[in-house]
Amino acid sequence: MRNLIAFPLILVVVILQTSIISQVRLLSGYADLPFLVIAAWALQERVESSLHWGAVTCLIVGFVSGMPWPILVLGYFSVIFLARTFQKRVWQAPLLAMFSVVFVGTLFIHLLSFVVLRLLGTTFSISDVLGLVTLPSLLLNMLICIPIYTLMRDLSFWVYPLEEFE
Amino acid sequence: MNSRSLQTTIIFLVVGGILALALGGVFGSASRQFSLVLIEVQTWFSTRFLGFQDFVTAPRDIVSLRQRNAELEAQVSQLQAQVIELQQRVNETDILAALVDFSRSNPESTYKAASVIGRDPSPFLHYIIINRGSNDDIRRGMPVVTNQGLVGRVDAVIADAARVQLITDPASSINIYLQNADTSAVLAGSVTGDVSLDMISQNVTVASGDLILTSGLGGGFPADLIIGQVVTVRTLEFELFQQATVQPAVDFSRLEIVLVITNFRPVDIGPLEPVSTPSP
Repeated sequence: MRNLIAFPLILVVVILQTSIISQVRLLSGYADLPFLVIAAWALQERVESSLHWGAVTCLIVGFVSGMPWPILVLGYFSVIFLARTFQKRVWQAPLLAMFSVVFVGTLFIHLLSFVVLRLLGTTFSISDVLGLVTLPSLLLNMLICIPIYTLMRDLSFWVYPLEEFE
Repeated sequence: MNSRSLQTTIIFLVVGGILALALGGVFGSASRQFSLVLIEVQTWFSTRFLGFQDFVTAPRDIVSLRQRNAELEAQVSQLQAQVIELQQRVNETDILAALVDFSRSNPESTYKAASVIGRDPSPFLHYIIINRGSNDDIRRGMPVVTNQGLVGRVDAVIADAARVQLITDPASSINIYLQNADTSAVLAGSVTGDVSLDMISQNVTVASGDLILTSGLGGGFPADLIIGQVVTVRTLEFELFQQATVQPAVDFSRLEIVLVITNFRPVDIGPLEPVSTPSP
C-alpha cells in the first residue's frame, strides 16, 4: 500500500518540474526531475516496484508534456532497466551508480528525443542540441542527482521497512 | 557681639562681596577662567554620573529594547511581505491594463485572459500551460497573444487547462507578412528559442527593423498580428531564398498572463492540398 505514494509524489515532482525547474535554465537546458526520481528509486536495493513508478511517471509526464508518448515510455523504462542493472553490478558504490545512470540516461533520452522528433519532421541542429540543450541539462542533472538519491533512499526505507525477527 | 562673631561676619561679607563682584563680571578674564574651570568640573561629574546611571539601569532597558526590537522586526517583516504582495499586484495590474488596452484597440476579436502556470518538462519543446480550458470555451488551434504580439496557439485542451505551442517551438511554422518589403515568408522556431525567417524571395529587399506580421495564409492564425522585427538578413546568391533572424516582440521568458482569441477558428486546409497520385 505504501507504494501508492508514487502517485502523489510523481505528481508533485511533475508540478515542480513544470513550474520551477523548467524556468531554471542553463543556456537552453534544464534538469529532468521525474527522470532523476525514477532513476534514484530504481537504484535502491530494497525497491521492487520501479516499473510501476516508471509507468506512473510516463502517464503523468505524457499527460502534461507535448513530447510523443513513445519517447517517454522507451526513455524512462530504459533508464529503469539500466538502473536495476547498475544496482546489481555496482551495489557497493551507489553514488557512482547514480552518476553513471544519470549520465547515460540523460544522453540516451536526449538522443531518443532528437531522433524521434527529427523523424516527426522537426528540424534541429545537432550542434545546437548538443551544446545548448544536452550538455547543460546533463550538468544540471548531475548536480542535483545526489540530494535526489538521498531523498529516495530515505523514502525506500519508509516504503520497504526491514522486517524485525525475534 | 564678640570679636569672633564679628570676624566671621566680616569674612562672609568679604567673600560674598567678591563672589557678587565676580558673578557681575567685574573681574573680567579672571572670572571667566574660574567659570570655565567650574563648567569643566561640572561637565566631568555630569557625564560620569550619566554613564554610571546608564550602567546601573542598562539591564532593564536591554530587555525592553530587545522586546521592542523584536516587535519592530516582526512589523518590518510583515510590511516587507505586504510590499512584495502589493508590488506583485501592481505588476499584475499593469499587465492586465495593457491587455485591456490591447483588447479595446482590437475589438474585432474576443479574448479570454489566462495565467501561465507551467512550461513543458522537456527542453526540446517550447510549450506553456495556461489555466483556462474547455470549460472556458478554449479550443485547440486558437491563437494566443499578449499586448506585445503573437505568443502561439493552443495545442491541447483539458477541462481547466490548456497547453500552448509557442512560436519559438522547433516544430512551429507560421506564414508571415513582411510589411515594408510587401512579401510573405515563413517563420520557424528552434530548440534554442530563437526564431528565424525563411522562404523570403530573392527579389525583395528586406532590411533590419522591418515589421513582421501574421499573413493569415493557411488559416492557422488571423492576419496582422505582430510577431517581431527583422534583426539580420542573410542573402546568398546561390540559394533560392533569403533568410533572416528575428527579434520577437514578446519576451517569452517572462510570460505571466496571455490572451486567447476565442472567436477565431483555425481552418483545416488539408482536404484542399493536392494529393500526389502515382503516375501510370
